[in-house]
Amino acid sequence: MHDILLAVQQAGELKDGLSSIGAGIAYGAAAIGPGIGIGIVVGNAITAMARQPEMSGPIRTTMFLGIAFTEALALFGFVLFFLAKG
Amino acid sequence: MLLAAFQFPHIDELFRWEGLFFGDTAYEINKTSLLVLISSVMILLIFVGGSRRMRLIPTKLQSILEMTFEFIDHGITRDVVGKDAGRFTPFLGSLFLFILFLNFWEIVPFIQFPPTARFAIPLYLAIQTYLIYWYLGFRHNGYRYLTGHLFPAGVPKALYILVTPIELVQIVIVRPFSLAVRLLANMMAGHILLTALALLTTYALENAPIIAIGPFLLNVGVTGFEVLVGFLQAYIFTLLTAVYIADSIHPDH
Repeated sequence: MHDILLAVQQAGELKDGLSSIGAGIAYGAAAIGPGIGIGIVVGNAITAMARQPEMSGPIRTTMFLGIAFTEALALFGFVLFFLAKG
Repeated sequence: MLLAAFQFPHIDELFRWEGLFFGDTAYEINKTSLLVLISSVMILLIFVGGSRRMRLIPTKLQSILEMTFEFIDHGITRDVVGKDAGRFTPFLGSLFLFILFLNFWEIVPFIQFPPTARFAIPLYLAIQTYLIYWYLGFRHNGYRYLTGHLFPAGVPKALYILVTPIELVQIVIVRPFSLAVRLLANMMAGHILLTALALLTTYALENAPIIAIGPFLLNVGVTGFEVLVGFLQAYIFTLLTAVYIADSIHPDH
């Protein structure tokens, strides 16, 4: 009886530990794509602003829009991290 | 190695607050709702008070208010929605200021909690935006608002199998959800980061005071960064609302 209880308890701990590891990996993986994406968005916006400084205003607005859409994916990963960690 | 024993509190302890007034009723007021009420009153007082007795040569407060108005009216409404869209400035302006004030509670000493880090508030704001752009879309374009989105012109007929479901999910679920989650996750991440650094500082002070300088300086830097994040998130929320409204009014561009 005692052995079974111990096994159940260990299984629970194992599950908790594994779900924490899974959550960590999920968030890390979710941050890769948006990281690259935001880099591309901002880099190209800077290139455009350097070429045409007089268009800086609209380019900056569009850049923030691009960042916002790209960033959303990383943030979904962040929320998923808390959901998965439980 | 001393710091390895540091235990971070459970996430609920950072975001759940006990009721302050009217406990256990539907009108219970806790820190979050109290901050929301205070911010609304503050915005009202500053703007109603500041716009009384307006002068040609503005006082300091009046010129700050005028700059805020210019920023929203020119930078957001007229640039994004359209030249003749001045009627949306009051809505977009209140949205921007409301989110801005709520976000800035994160860095006010002794309060240090952004109410936007609770899902109810971003979700409410996102649903409000959602209802407004659906209403405007149907009012200005009728059923063509929906068909224009679901069956975009210039796409080969066969691709509609792929495009239509994606667009449907996009305008029905992804738009409001990502709008709410973006604000929530940014403020939540900032709050967790600041709390972690503050706890680390106090823990290090008790056990190894020399190490405490690291998290402390980092905390100061991150607090400055959070000013930027709070402003940027308010701006992005308002900007996206403006983009969605513009998309509802003239869906072709």
